[in-house]
Amino acid sequence: MTVLVGFLPTAEGRAAFAAGLAEARRRGEDLLVLNSPRSGAPVSADVAPPDLVADLTGRAREAGVALELRQAAHDGDPSEEVVRVADEADASVIVIGLRRRSPVGKLLMGSTAQRILLDATRPVLAVKPQAG
Amino acid sequence: MDLSPVLDGFGVVLEPTNLLYCLIGVVIGMLIGVLPGLGPAATIAILLPLTFGIEPVTAIIMLAGIFYGAQYGGTITSVLLRLPGEASSVVTVFDGHALARQGKAGTALGIAAIGSFVGGTVSIVALSIVAPVVAGFALDFGPPEYTALALLGILLVSTVSSGDRLKAVVAASIGLLLATVGRDGFTGAERFTFGSLDLADGLDFVPIAMGLFGLGEILHNLEERHRAVQAPAKVANVWPSRADLRRSSGAIGRGSVLGFLLGILPGGGATLSSLAAYALEKRRSKTPERFGRGAVEGVAAPETANNAAATSSFIPLLTLGIPANATMAVIFGALLIQGVTPGPQLVSEDPELFWGVVNSMYVGNILLLVMSIPLVGVFVRILRVRATVLAPITVLITLVGVYTVRNNVFDIVLVIAFGALGYLMKKLGFDPGPLVLAFVLGSLLEESLRRSLLLFGGDPTGFLTRPISGTLLALFLVVALLPLVRPLVRAALGRRRAPAPTDTHHPDHKELV
Repeated sequence: MTVLVGFLPTAEGRAAFAAGLAEARRRGEDLLVLNSPRSGAPVSADVAPPDLVADLTGRAREAGVALELRQAAHDGDPSEEVVRVADEADASVIVIGLRRRSPVGKLLMGSTAQRILLDATRPVLAVKPQAG
Repeated sequence: MDLSPVLDGFGVVLEPTNLLYCLIGVVIGMLIGVLPGLGPAATIAILLPLTFGIEPVTAIIMLAGIFYGAQYGGTITSVLLRLPGEASSVVTVFDGHALARQGKAGTALGIAAIGSFVGGTVSIVALSIVAPVVAGFALDFGPPEYTALALLGILLVSTVSSGDRLKAVVAASIGLLLATVGRDGFTGAERFTFGSLDLADGLDFVPIAMGLFGLGEILHNLEERHRAVQAPAKVANVWPSRADLRRSSGAIGRGSVLGFLLGILPGGGATLSSLAAYALEKRRSKTPERFGRGAVEGVAAPETANNAAATSSFIPLLTLGIPANATMAVIFGALLIQGVTPGPQLVSEDPELFWGVVNSMYVGNILLLVMSIPLVGVFVRILRVRATVLAPITVLITLVGVYTVRNNVFDIVLVIAFGALGYLMKKLGFDPGPLVLAFVLGSLLEESLRRSLLLFGGDPTGFLTRPISGTLLALFLVVALLPLVRPLVRAALGRRRAPAPTDTHHPDHKELV
């Protein structure tokens, strides 16, 4: 069993990683960080740059948690990829970061987080970045 | 040498319209240089219809800008992402990316930009001196000389270019065959038209180039998935240090000369010269082990050479009317569309066009030098655009564009047919370049061959008795037989001593190309 974190190099992603790390420590399980950009372009802002990856692995090592990072690209919807990887790794919990959105923005844009909440067959921990 | 047409050429370049199109050309060149897959030949082919509405000088200034601009752009992704944007920047990856990993991406890009600028400028100066001389010499050429020259050009392009020789020759033969479609210029008989009115005037160059280079490349790229998506790279704006500049000055000088010489050769061009310049620097260096681990010379030499070659490859086109590589073939087509026949008479009959285009390269190189350092981050952004977004837009531009040329639906059908052919050729390892080049030279070859046979009264030995055509045909034979003779020579040499050191660099370059 592992703790799965859906990670993006944003404030929400960092919050999700911090919560995931704490959760993995509490449960005494491994940490699986999924940082999967959409395929098709050679470069994507969704990919964690090498210095950030180094920072994440450093923090995991300090906390004494085994970390696996997946950065393979996916096709289609990111929520499907998260749910698929969660099933594949048999995650005990999925940790995701939530963005602040207005009700109208939500209506227009839909939400990856919402789809993960609806589609996942396991517990989902949704966290928000610290205000400020 | 009479300098007044040269100065008039500057007058042409400095017209606001021409300056604007020069800027547009180099910006587009930079962008497609950054994009892997879409090369200058494809872009120029796709943009051919755009040149219809503008003056010939302006059109060629823009297209030339795309070509040498792409040489600058290709460097950026080689250095930052280990992803060569153009074939001519493949060797830059070795040392350029190594420098970037040491946090010296700015140094590598700065050296590459300076080298490109120097190489380009040296090459333009040399071109300005050499081209009128070559053109003056070629004014005496008659049909027999052109026959020999066209044959040699086609053969050189098929054998020197990267990839399988046999496949390139097959592609060139198909190109020659396609050039015969339509009405015979001498007798008026219809050939390979199958009774179709659309084919009676022969196949047009525009849809063939747009299909093979444009659509074919787009289709092929769509299939190729980028396995690893990378994080956007940060560029620190570090101007190269004085020590780096001093260290690479020799490499830049040698790269300029080598690039210029190789660029003139048909089939040589930017890719070959960058490989050769890198190999030369590595061999000359006292510390060859530094190469591949972030040697500035390893960035300076190929980048200088590819720009010098890009410029000097205009010489055979503008003075002999023989395109030296695939991109030049497309520019040749653009000139024909504009009603300008490139050849030795161009310098004397249309000095405004000739010197306008040549001198625009000075301006273009300055623009590129100014843009390439501060705007790297902006250009790299285009890499975030997904192929699924980019491809449909490009296809739409291609198809609408080809229709606007003659308002003819048949041309759209041709583009799609040749697009499919180009895709299949790429899949099977055929380079479409020789096909397009042979197609362009096909009508020239046929016309001058038949005219010379009329001249000689049907006696083919006439080719050998004229000194220039005889020499060219002898060269043709040498090039054609070289692949057959080389293994024999090597075997003979191998018995006496160990294999020549020349070939030690070769294998690792080949697999990257």
